[in-house]
Amino acid sequence: MTVQSPPNQALQPELDRRPTRIAFSQKLGKWDVKLSPYLYISPFFILFAITGLFPLLYTGYISVHEWHTLGGKGAFVGLDNFTAVLDQATFWKALRNTFSIFLLSSVPQVIAAIIIAAILNANIRAKTFWRMGVLLPYVVAPIAVGLIFSRIFGDQFGLVNALLDGIGLDPVRWHSDAFASHFAIATMVNFRWTGYNTLIFLAAMQAIPGELYEAAIIDGAGRIRQFFSITIPQLRATIMFVVITSTIGGLQIFDEARAFDAQGRGGGDKQWMTLTMYIQDLGWGNQLNFGRAAAVAWLLFLVIIAIGIVNFLITSRISTAGTKTPKTSKKAKKVKL
Amino acid sequence: MATPISSLPVIAQTSGKGAAKWAARRAEKAAGANRRPGWVTYLLLGIVIAISAFPLYYVILLASSDQVTISQTVIPGLLPQGNFWNNVQTVLNGPYPIGKAFMNSLIIAVLQSVSVVVFSTLAGYSFAKLRFRGRGPLLVFVIATMAVPTQLAVVPLFIVMTKLNLNNTIAAVIIPGMVTAFGVFWMTQYLENALPYELIEAARVDGASMIRTFWNVAIPAARPAAAMLALFTFIGSWVNYFWPFIILSAQNPTLPMVTKLLQSGYHTDYSLIMAGVAISTAPLLVLFFLAGRQLVAGIMQGAVKG
Repeated sequence: MTVQSPPNQALQPELDRRPTRIAFSQKLGKWDVKLSPYLYISPFFILFAITGLFPLLYTGYISVHEWHTLGGKGAFVGLDNFTAVLDQATFWKALRNTFSIFLLSSVPQVIAAIIIAAILNANIRAKTFWRMGVLLPYVVAPIAVGLIFSRIFGDQFGLVNALLDGIGLDPVRWHSDAFASHFAIATMVNFRWTGYNTLIFLAAMQAIPGELYEAAIIDGAGRIRQFFSITIPQLRATIMFVVITSTIGGLQIFDEARAFDAQGRGGGDKQWMTLTMYIQDLGWGNQLNFGRAAAVAWLLFLVIIAIGIVNFLITSRISTAGTKTPKTSKKAKKVKL
Repeated sequence: MATPISSLPVIAQTSGKGAAKWAARRAEKAAGANRRPGWVTYLLLGIVIAISAFPLYYVILLASSDQVTISQTVIPGLLPQGNFWNNVQTVLNGPYPIGKAFMNSLIIAVLQSVSVVVFSTLAGYSFAKLRFRGRGPLLVFVIATMAVPTQLAVVPLFIVMTKLNLNNTIAAVIIPGMVTAFGVFWMTQYLENALPYELIEAARVDGASMIRTFWNVAIPAARPAAAMLALFTFIGSWVNYFWPFIILSAQNPTLPMVTKLLQSGYHTDYSLIMAGVAISTAPLLVLFFLAGRQLVAGIMQGAVKG
């Protein structure tokens, strides 16, 4: 650009045509400003409506009909599918298994993640190395994790049984005992997700303002006391986040349980069949009954919502009983941004 | 890293000099402990890392063994044996369509990552920086849908895909994963802080249209978060099993599906199963070593913002 020549001269010829142009482009611009925001968010909402919301509601419609996987829709049957499913022992077994695996995976996982995060939060050398190290299992597919651990928890030539034998204990029948199989499957979930949650907790710990620790140190609080009186209360919002996401994921567990043996049907006595496996079995397995599969899907949906509400109530109860209000922790987070 | 305690003068004023002295001494002690942790910390971390890496090493140990050894021992030795490439060859040349599965997984993961990033950046920009009616409630809706277990909607999704003649096509796998509520939320959060209003205004004053402003101002600002989102979407897509397993056939599988097929196909020879696990895990391991730093940063940023 030549700075010397006045720009007016160059624009002069265009000035005559300007008024009409502005009017037109202004109108266009107005619509541009008004419509663009909706246009930009519409792909998400349209696709979500088609592949998320509609199927979820449609599940309800299917669940009150007789519906064969291949034959298609039949008569309206009201809640028959639900009562039929609730009458089956397999449903209750699958519900029990799902809860058992979920509890065995979520609770130890959160505790372990917080402890490892606290260790990582020390002023260690080679931070990135250790952080990447704990995240490594995250890139292994759940199906692959299932295949690896079904050998580690093998009844014969399994690593865990060999270790138990080494310290003089009896081998565990991982694939026939219900609780043992739940423990093994929960271990797979823990293996893959503990590191991921550790990093979430670590980030939250780093956002805790140093003054809180400073004050505690002056008051003579030791390391352990600081951890329980400052770190844990400050992590409350994060704990809630992790617990809720692990609830949503944990109650839908499928891959690991399916890979626990070659058949993938939850064991001879269905001792580790989860609700999602049950849905798959009803819809695409032996029964080919979409109506009942949809009924179980809705029941599982309700269970997840119920657990979510319980989670929320418990966590907010704790937060009102705690020493620090959640507001402080939110502020602390903002500061880190 | 011993930072002097700022509240000391206050303590001296309110509680006397003696209290301040004690506080200073305690602080010094604590700061000393804060400098560099001792070997116990590294030992504990070493154990954690060993636990998270061992199963992968175990895969190599088993995959480099052979049928006879593996069916008679718990562990075929502490070092890998020489049979690894042999087993990999056997699996690759076996009856299971691993090459096809690899291509399917790759196409699905790439297309889903691109689509999620594009649509999330658009929506995130709109939510974070543009004013429009219903913005607040719509954003709340997006966040609420993050908690909706859409996996439970497999039955109608299957019916819809069958009606559309998409059964057993990778399009049926791709379409439901083209947008995620998490992606929109992630980009909204990021752009809210990373993109100053002044830049947008400047572009608008210069006469740029809305889409041009998005293209020239929002996209460059969104790049770091978009890269992380692409990474997480890619991994999530690569390891996804449930829906592909429902909608695809064993002849047209994804990598996790074919890995599972190996389990029943080679149940007499675990070294081959583990070779299959190694094949399906290797691409993500490479990605992990290239971009592990970004993964760590992404999770930690997401946590602080979420």
